[in-house]
Amino acid sequence: MSGLKEIISNNIRRFGMIIALAGIVILFQILTNGILLTPLNVTNIIMQNSYIIILAIGMMLVIITGEIDLSVGSIAAFIGAVAGVLLVNWDLPVLLAIVLCLGIGALIGAWQGFWVAYVNIPAFIVTLAGMLVFRGLTLIVLQGQTIAPFPDGFRSMSSAFLPDPLNGADLHLTSLIVGGVFSLIYILAELKMRRTDVKYNFSTISFPLFVLKLFFVVVLINVFTYVLALYAGLPIVLLILLVLIIGYTFVMNKTVVGRHIYSVGGNENAAKLSGVKTKKMKFWVFVNMGALAALSGLIFAGRLNAATPQAGNLFELDAIAAAVIGGASFTGGVGTVFGAVIGALVMGVLNNGMSLMGIGIDWQQAIKGLVLLAAVAFDVLNKNK
Amino acid sequence: MTKTILEMDNITKTFPGVKALNDVNLKVRQGEIHALIGENGAGKSTLMKVLSGVHPFGTYDGKILYEGDICEFKTINDSENKRIVIIHQELALIPELSIAENIFLGNERAKKGIINWNETIVETRELLKKVGLHVDPQETVKNIGVGQQQLVEIAKALSKQVKLLILDEPTAALNEDDSENLLNLLLEFKKQGMTAILISHKLKELFKVSDTITVLRDGQTIATYPLKENKVSEAQIIKDMVGRDLTNLFPERYPNIKENVVFEVKDWNVYHPLDKERQILHNINLNVKEGEIIGIAGLMGAGRTELAMSVFGRSYGKKITGQLFKNGKEIVFKNVNDAIKNGIAYVSENRKEYGLILIDSVKKNLTLANLKKISNRNVLNASKEANISEALKEQMNIKTPSVEQQTVNLSGGNQQKVVLGKWIFAEPDILILDEPTRGIDVGAKFEIYKIINELAEKGKSIIMISSELPELIGMCDRIYTLSEGRITGEIQKDEANQETLMTHMTQSWRS
Repeated sequence: MSGLKEIISNNIRRFGMIIALAGIVILFQILTNGILLTPLNVTNIIMQNSYIIILAIGMMLVIITGEIDLSVGSIAAFIGAVAGVLLVNWDLPVLLAIVLCLGIGALIGAWQGFWVAYVNIPAFIVTLAGMLVFRGLTLIVLQGQTIAPFPDGFRSMSSAFLPDPLNGADLHLTSLIVGGVFSLIYILAELKMRRTDVKYNFSTISFPLFVLKLFFVVVLINVFTYVLALYAGLPIVLLILLVLIIGYTFVMNKTVVGRHIYSVGGNENAAKLSGVKTKKMKFWVFVNMGALAALSGLIFAGRLNAATPQAGNLFELDAIAAAVIGGASFTGGVGTVFGAVIGALVMGVLNNGMSLMGIGIDWQQAIKGLVLLAAVAFDVLNKNK
Repeated sequence: MTKTILEMDNITKTFPGVKALNDVNLKVRQGEIHALIGENGAGKSTLMKVLSGVHPFGTYDGKILYEGDICEFKTINDSENKRIVIIHQELALIPELSIAENIFLGNERAKKGIINWNETIVETRELLKKVGLHVDPQETVKNIGVGQQQLVEIAKALSKQVKLLILDEPTAALNEDDSENLLNLLLEFKKQGMTAILISHKLKELFKVSDTITVLRDGQTIATYPLKENKVSEAQIIKDMVGRDLTNLFPERYPNIKENVVFEVKDWNVYHPLDKERQILHNINLNVKEGEIIGIAGLMGAGRTELAMSVFGRSYGKKITGQLFKNGKEIVFKNVNDAIKNGIAYVSENRKEYGLILIDSVKKNLTLANLKKISNRNVLNASKEANISEALKEQMNIKTPSVEQQTVNLSGGNQQKVVLGKWIFAEPDILILDEPTRGIDVGAKFEIYKIINELAEKGKSIIMISSELPELIGMCDRIYTLSEGRITGEIQKDEANQETLMTHMTQSWRS
């Protein structure tokens, strides 16, 4: 059993991010006179950042293996363009088009993974090339034009909300129920984890503290769903995000594959001599990144309701920044999916808050740059202590 | 009697957990070639690094007197200002730059930051003539041979008007002719008044060129012999190098050796991974029986690690010929996974680079090589993992507050136990241990020996590679000696002593 102080000093990295996010939220809540946390704006923040969060999850895996991917923005744009051609020009069924697009994304990832993992070309170079190649291909596919509008079925992925058969009038009841169910699952999972921890005598927090933590998280979940319910309920894209976050957290923490990915980044030589197929791991991490970049491109195109040549511009930098703010280390082996999401939200709230305040895009860029530097500097200084 | 140019008094240098130098004294006379000899890890290189300022003043205890002055070198520049130049074991040339650029690197012939290339090249030409190297100063260093690179290093030292030249194993990577050439050059410079300290394993060449020889062992000065006046035998020097008390360093062993050969290497030839012409290992044949511990003895560069890694799923070398047999059946490995699947484990000599994931916990490191055993359909079973790592921690006596501790925070001995534990959990039949006790203290060594003995008693076959001869003699049932990529001897336990081993290990196949 350890006290609060020890927990904080042990988890300063993880807590640091969350505290930073909370601080930024409170700061902008005050600066925008309460507009930031209005139901409409919270919904907006989620929808505006969904595609960056998806990229950040993939990028986190790439950075954990000690590599980098600069091409994700271009891939997202290219897939958006392909979706435009498939859905608008060729009139393919929505589901088929989505599956095709995700497949193409994975193929692109396989192409880049091949050069990185099996030919040993630095990922920086391979994906820098990819950034140019796929931006170029986007222009070719679109012939410099914008393709619009997309069919409704496709747009629902990024802009629709969970239907409310309960008809809660002003309040979206289904969303509240989802929030409740989710809280219950969370409590059960935490209790189970605590039981194993106690059984194996791992360090655990004291029981009152544990209850406090559960209470806090449950309140947070339900306040969050309540706020969303006040507007239009849970966005479909939020559900997609939840599935991804939970799924990837599970893979990274609980499976052999996840353990192997961390080991490749932690010490490639040692991993190889322990029988980890290091090349294969790197290859598949890039395939995964390609598929997630494709998903991100589809959601962005759906939200914009158009496939444009400029889509996905600078997405790669947002995704890398999110991963780094979220605790990834460029030397590899370190980082969590949850951290990437928090990092993406920090960037997202900054963007949104500054826009609400009417700060121009010029200052927004500069401030975001400084925040990124500060986050990493904090981390480095903290480690050297 | 010429005067003393250098005096190092009572030098003591500690690294975390290890006393590398303990009260070492060294006296070098003006104009002599002074040989420094000792086993790997005896402290020769450390002593020279103290002298040249690589280990700055303040990180060691003791006094350095050079030409009568007390010296407190904080950087290499300080020692070079006194015209002491060290040429390290690994050459410090930049392959992509030209010879001239390399020679004057950090010491450029320049005015106001603008390099005078004509002067540089003319001077380089002079220097190269002095070392007897007839190549274009503008040739890129990567295009000339290793022997020539060594000469460039010496030319570089000359460009600094060197008075005291330190050479750390200068002939280790050279062939016979190049070595000969280099040694003659040293004798030539000696005539011109230069003093040199020469570190080498090769007794013959030391006897040929040096005036005085100092033997180091375990970080201590054992003896200094003037070679010219007072005839000292090679045997005496070898005895000084290796002689130490063996009692109680090794745990009791109850051999349980079966007759069946578990693993056999036949006609194993390995070529350098980059240079396909260069053969690293020649026709290696060895075998190990069930429950047997065999040793491989060899000096640095003899090909010990290359042998182990090439056998372990071709982790070293591209072109390999020969056969491997397990229990009489031929096995073919394409990669490390095949080797692990066939029950072979390799514990690397360099645990930080090749053994551990330092940022990961003890638990994660212990289970990495056999995740299958703690998972069900690729999903890890956290409680199984916790149980197993706790059990291994107990079994191996790993001293850590918790298995959740990052391995980077463990001491060397405990880190090594984690690596061993990892492989014990992988349940191999054959364990290749490469320098299993390097850099760890005596107490931890004993525990590791105990673990190795227990494994052998349980019927595992152990191949142990070590630079420490007492360790091999104390632990092994049979010892193969390796020299210049060839097996030069197979010595049974009762015939093994350090003199015999050292004789085989230093045996050159050419002579």
